[in-house]
Amino acid sequence: MIINEQIAIDHGLKKDEYKKICDLLKRIPNITELGIFSAMWNEHCSYKSSRFHLKKLPTKGKQVIQGPGENAGVIDIGDDDAIVFKIESHNHPSFIEPYQGAATGVGGIMRDVFTMGARPIANLNSIHFGSPQHKKTKNLLRGVVHGIGGYGNCMGVPTIAGQTSFDESYNGNILVNAMTLGLVKKNKIFYSKAAGLGKPVIYVGSKTGRDGIHGASMASAVFDEKIEEKKPTVQVGDPFTEKLLLEACLELMSGDSIIAIQDMGAAGLTSSSIEMASKGNLGIEINLNEVPCRESQMSPYEIMLSESQERMLIVLENGKEDLAKKIFDKWNLDFAVIGKTTNSKKIELYFNNEKVADLPVDILVENSPMYERNWKKAKLPKKVKIKKEQLKNLKVINVLNKILSNPNICSKEWIWQQYDHTVMGDTIQKPGGDAGVVRVHGTNKAVAASVDSSAVYCWAHPLSGGKQIVCESWRNLIAVGAKPIAITNCLNFGSPENEDNMGEFVECVQGLGEASLYLDFPVVSGNVSFYNQTKDIGIKPTPTIGGVGLIKDYENMVTMDLKKKDNILLVIGKTEGHLDQSLFLREILNEKNGPPPEINLFNEKNNGETILELIGQNFIKSAHDISLGGIITALSKMCIKGKKGATLKKPKYLINEFEYLFGEDQGRYIVEIEDKDQKDVVKILENNSVHYDELGTVNDNQLIINDKSKVSIDDLIKSHTIWLNNYMNK
Amino acid sequence: MNSTVITFPGSNCDRDMDVALKKFGFKNKMVWHDDVEIPKSDLVVLPGGFSYGDYLRCGSMASKSKIMQSVINFAKGGGKVMGICNGFQILVESGLLPGVLLRNKYLEFICKNVFVKINNKENSFFKNFKKDVLELHIAHNEGNYFCSEDQLKEINENNQIALHYTDEDGNIDKKNNPNGSSQNIAGIFNKEMNILGMMPHPERMIDQVLSGEDGSIFFESLINNLK
Repeated sequence: MIINEQIAIDHGLKKDEYKKICDLLKRIPNITELGIFSAMWNEHCSYKSSRFHLKKLPTKGKQVIQGPGENAGVIDIGDDDAIVFKIESHNHPSFIEPYQGAATGVGGIMRDVFTMGARPIANLNSIHFGSPQHKKTKNLLRGVVHGIGGYGNCMGVPTIAGQTSFDESYNGNILVNAMTLGLVKKNKIFYSKAAGLGKPVIYVGSKTGRDGIHGASMASAVFDEKIEEKKPTVQVGDPFTEKLLLEACLELMSGDSIIAIQDMGAAGLTSSSIEMASKGNLGIEINLNEVPCRESQMSPYEIMLSESQERMLIVLENGKEDLAKKIFDKWNLDFAVIGKTTNSKKIELYFNNEKVADLPVDILVENSPMYERNWKKAKLPKKVKIKKEQLKNLKVINVLNKILSNPNICSKEWIWQQYDHTVMGDTIQKPGGDAGVVRVHGTNKAVAASVDSSAVYCWAHPLSGGKQIVCESWRNLIAVGAKPIAITNCLNFGSPENEDNMGEFVECVQGLGEASLYLDFPVVSGNVSFYNQTKDIGIKPTPTIGGVGLIKDYENMVTMDLKKKDNILLVIGKTEGHLDQSLFLREILNEKNGPPPEINLFNEKNNGETILELIGQNFIKSAHDISLGGIITALSKMCIKGKKGATLKKPKYLINEFEYLFGEDQGRYIVEIEDKDQKDVVKILENNSVHYDELGTVNDNQLIINDKSKVSIDDLIKSHTIWLNNYMNK
Repeated sequence: MNSTVITFPGSNCDRDMDVALKKFGFKNKMVWHDDVEIPKSDLVVLPGGFSYGDYLRCGSMASKSKIMQSVINFAKGGGKVMGICNGFQILVESGLLPGVLLRNKYLEFICKNVFVKINNKENSFFKNFKKDVLELHIAHNEGNYFCSEDQLKEINENNQIALHYTDEDGNIDKKNNPNGSSQNIAGIFNKEMNILGMMPHPERMIDQVLSGEDGSIFFESLINNLK
């Protein structure tokens, strides 16, 4: 087959990109080579639209061992322990085939983590679906949840936290973001940089099949009506093989045989071999006849582009082949020496004794396209004026019940009960709290993790939304008593070729960077998912943040359930009553305009650090951050969890009770303290210039807002749990 | 007391079980599925997980593994054997315990705390147990215990039911049957009472900070009974 421009375009390359390839090579590529270019130069692998802006994110910090650029980020948690973590999207495949799409998303991210030598200790996920009324939503939700559970449960890694949202902007493009944390000793971290000449290149894991060919290119394009035809680009997961691969790799890693290791994720053997060669400034030579194949007569093109799961590429020390093979034999996994490192700085592929590809690594990597796309700046929307008559007939308790049963607030127990969240015996805070917490096995330390996103805020004003989401992640970690250390981000957007979408991306990243820099909460890993778009309609901008923090002594962990009658409840942070873009305004008054709440980074940091100080002195009995749905929603959740009630005081300012109860001002928490500690607590708050208000006290079983507005906790529980169970079981 | 935990490819609660047994005083050894010999043991444990991926009926592949012949011989000689979750599935598949474990009634994986009531304390697993109702954790997709009418009659007559799913007070009812098991069965013995299979995971409840201490009581009582 002679390659021409049309074939290149069919591979997802642009005209000028194809021209660039021919110019750089000084010849026309063959089909295998073209396939390799299309895999390396698509948006998913090359970050060609995002690279320019991602450079602006803060990635360094005292506790950062490895920032972006490796399989995952690594942070120091003391005593020679390190946490390896990353979040990644598997949006496009999950919409086409929800079970396998979600399952392999979970498998892929776990592989990223154990490639670095870390044993996965916790999984999290952030999943977003279209409107509940949309005909596809229910099946997609069921399939995704089964897929996440099917893979993670079999691997024996607990799924400790997550986030689920529904919004019509995801009707044609759902989001499935999976995050994994792993634990490793600081001196046993493995990287993907190849080194040394003539070192054997080893293939281990599953055999290569014809599944997932062009998966990464599919994920770099907009959906249209022919989407069903893309099913064969979705990979098929085998968690059992991955479990074996995990154990075998960790066994091999306990010795000193490995020079470099890289999992075969997006673009399979192509990107893994090229990345290792590129980082090591070396060449790699591969004999494709040696690659273990599942099907007969696979062509070089298919072998190089397959995205079959559960495979790894390793550069080994000379003479260690037998030792390594023994380990993989024990675990019944394929093991093949498929090539060696060379000084050619080229990827050279052989098949049936013929050279089938000969590509300089720098052309593929450093010369890959980078675009500074046009983008439009978003204006801050005008504030919405609420008319008095809109509020006149509203009853607080009715509104509260409606909000608690809203799909985006209600209990997600139906989902997380299908995830094994206690395997490994170290989960000390289960899903449903502010953050999931696992102990560092055999120590007093614990690691907290949370995933968050606020698409509505980002859509209304990307810059504020970007900041907000980092702050929310920070707050969720603080609320369980963890010191926030670093984040990973999964940036889900529409097409970068559209100026509005690109603007959303640029400004969300800007906001995200500002907040993480100010809070000393650097970005250590992440991924970008563009083209979450069907024809012309893109999703709401949805950057997802995975935050990780450390609890030095897990005895000091805080939970959100109310603990004891007569304890005092304080709101930390100032309540201004910001209703624009709140759940109240959007869902109750059906008003979708207006700016999101403002972020004050100084207060955010000061309030959070002060809470940690209070927790350190054992004053905080329970805590919860105030987010979607305002004070009363946050308090209701604390009541529900603790099966206790609360009696509210009349607020000292803010006349309008809807603003007070449902406003979504940022930087706030509710904390429960004992009466005897109040003086000491107030002293610390005042010393640190932290604004606080007395919210009320804990009672037995009723939420009492005032004489007219009361509700039993049993009723709140009903409102909170009814929606999802009914929806899924209908 | 010496114990042995068998690790199959795909076992994933083997470490948790090792930690729990050691915490309560067992000298535990791990044995690989491909091995033939079981070291001298007072107790052999088949842990939870997805042995061989469980792509066929859960536990069926494991029941044919090399080490299982030795486990069967050990059990037939009166040795104490305990199977938790996937271990329970392996025990029924290998014929050491009667019945089968079907997919959960609602066809979904369930991970949550449940209450179980001990039905029979006249055996070395539950003798002198200081509680009747325990709060334990379950995490399974195939825990729906089923057997023929005749078998059901037989295991009742022989008092082979070890645990029932119940409410907090020990009442057996449909509402507290998480997976559709016949008669709310959560665990059973063989006729000779030296083999126990159960779905709940006591090894996940050995620390107050995890989610309760009823698992601790389970292991404390187990080691005392085996002494």
